Amino acid sequence: MSKTHATSSTRIPPLWWFACAVAVCATILIGICVGAVGISPAQTALELLSHIPGLHIHSSLDESDAAIIWDLRFPRVVLALIVGSMLASAGSAYQGTFRNPLADPYLLGVSAGAGLGATLEIVVFESPARWSLPVAAFLGSLVAVSLTYALGRSSIAGRSASSLVLAGVAVAALLTAAQTLVQQRNSDKVREVYAWILGRLAIAGWSDVLMVAPYVVICTIVLLRYRRVLDVFAVGDEEAVTLGLPVNRARAVIILAASLGTAAAVAVTGLIGFVGIIVPHTIRLIAGNSYRRLLPLSVIFGGVFLVFADVIARTAMSPSEIPIGVVTALIGAPFFLYILASRKEGSLI
Amino acid sequence: MNQVLMQTSMNIDNLSVQIGARTIVQDVSFEITTGDWICIIGPNGAGKSSLLKALAGILPSDGNIRVNDFDLNSLSHRDRACWIAYVAQTPVIPPGMNVFDYVMLGRTAHLKMLASESAFDLDMTTFVLDELGLGEFANREVASLSGGERQRVTIARALAQASPIVLLDEPTSALDIGFQQEVLTLINELRKEKKIAVISTMHDLTTSGIYPDRLLLMANGRVQVAGSATEVLTEENILNHYGAKVRILNDFGRPIVVPTDF
Repeated sequence: MSKTHATSSTRIPPLWWFACAVAVCATILIGICVGAVGISPAQTALELLSHIPGLHIHSSLDESDAAIIWDLRFPRVVLALIVGSMLASAGSAYQGTFRNPLADPYLLGVSAGAGLGATLEIVVFESPARWSLPVAAFLGSLVAVSLTYALGRSSIAGRSASSLVLAGVAVAALLTAAQTLVQQRNSDKVREVYAWILGRLAIAGWSDVLMVAPYVVICTIVLLRYRRVLDVFAVGDEEAVTLGLPVNRARAVIILAASLGTAAAVAVTGLIGFVGIIVPHTIRLIAGNSYRRLLPLSVIFGGVFLVFADVIARTAMSPSEIPIGVVTALIGAPFFLYILASRKEGSLI
Repeated sequence: MNQVLMQTSMNIDNLSVQIGARTIVQDVSFEITTGDWICIIGPNGAGKSSLLKALAGILPSDGNIRVNDFDLNSLSHRDRACWIAYVAQTPVIPPGMNVFDYVMLGRTAHLKMLASESAFDLDMTTFVLDELGLGEFANREVASLSGGERQRVTIARALAQASPIVLLDEPTSALDIGFQQEVLTLINELRKEKKIAVISTMHDLTTSGIYPDRLLLMANGRVQVAGSATEVLTEENILNHYGAKVRILNDFGRPIVVPTDF
């Protein structure tokens, strides 16, 4: 009998990791260089390397350019990396647990729930502690994802991919309306809330990075550790149970982690949609459907994608900036329609 | 692996399944030992699939299911899966997953939740694939296979799970007669070689009389008749429980069920 030489296609080849590292470094450089004040990539690289102790590299940048890099652009790029990777990996995780390729934090209403949670906190407490915004957003997002899941399950059409997304759209609309109402009733605070909704990437500083990073790091680690489990979910709940997976517990942990991470991201940058759809799906086309590849690659390329989206946001109509959520939606909405149109009959349950 | 070689027996005692207010399966009792094949037959809606799902832990049930004196309903999903594997009537085929990875899902019960597969799990998967002659398909997508090949792949997954009891819900329903025969012969060989206890449901009465040792005829959620094929497949039983007029022909001692109009 011939020996099987095939192995699992779930591991990421070493060369890919190298390509990922190159992509991230290039993205950081581009993200820092592009802007109203042009700084060459070489100068930027030298400036960044000169701060690594032990290398003894001297940077030729003057103080104001160095300040632009360190106080304005670098934190903005890092924040975009963190938030992008969180939104993309949360999208992958929702898609895996719900067995639904259209799941995305934005389309499931998670982001809207987070928005309502944070808005309520800003309105109710005079000036809430910064760290507590993600917590309020998290509570809002949990309400949203539970509502969406319950509605999507109980719909007459059965639990199909579209019924979950329809439920998500309804929940998002409801929660956004509630948020608007809350803002209207508290017009004195509208400006503060509104600035926050539009996305704060533009005025990002290191304090934002520090606020969101712990949440994102923890949630991403949890999701990455569940990447094999996400592959087991692919056979559906009934068969997954008979394979020995405690389906409900595993799903609860994954949804909690994805929602907490999304909420933290939303609490800092406002509503940014479609990242969780665009990035995982592009990766699926190249690397296949296994979450053991999809999840790590989503972490990396979610960040890369959002940095580029941000570069477009601040240069396309320079000197004014387009909100980054507008950029991702302009790319994401057609992408979403493409997936909807090209999905095979019977490939979704 | 060791569990497969051990003698295992499963006792099902007064098993009932309720969905909402409806009782789907009522007071089913039987016993099975490794190497046996029990086939559950019965008209549509008799509760055959629900019984298998209850045994697999998909549906909650009342009564006792004991395997080697373990109470199966008190075990975790993972421990239970080490005893019982289940092949669904229409298995969900994950889009884009290749045969190797699909069969390797059978190793889930032997892994801690957050662990990844060891070299042993990979070897086991390779071994099972080679044993079922699926080696050449390892890199193919499961979704691209024909019905018969797919059924062998889902059986391979159950074997990779290395459980002494395997439940098969209508293993031949989607197959033409050639593949039906191939799959049934395969199950029959495996249960003897590997000492697996097989519980299957089946639609085709004549086919159900070929390999299984015992038949349970279910109707209205209860086991109405149990015994060998010649004992269960009688004109009277089939008229009573299916409402069908048939004649039983004798093919070298094996009953053949033929529909008739008088």
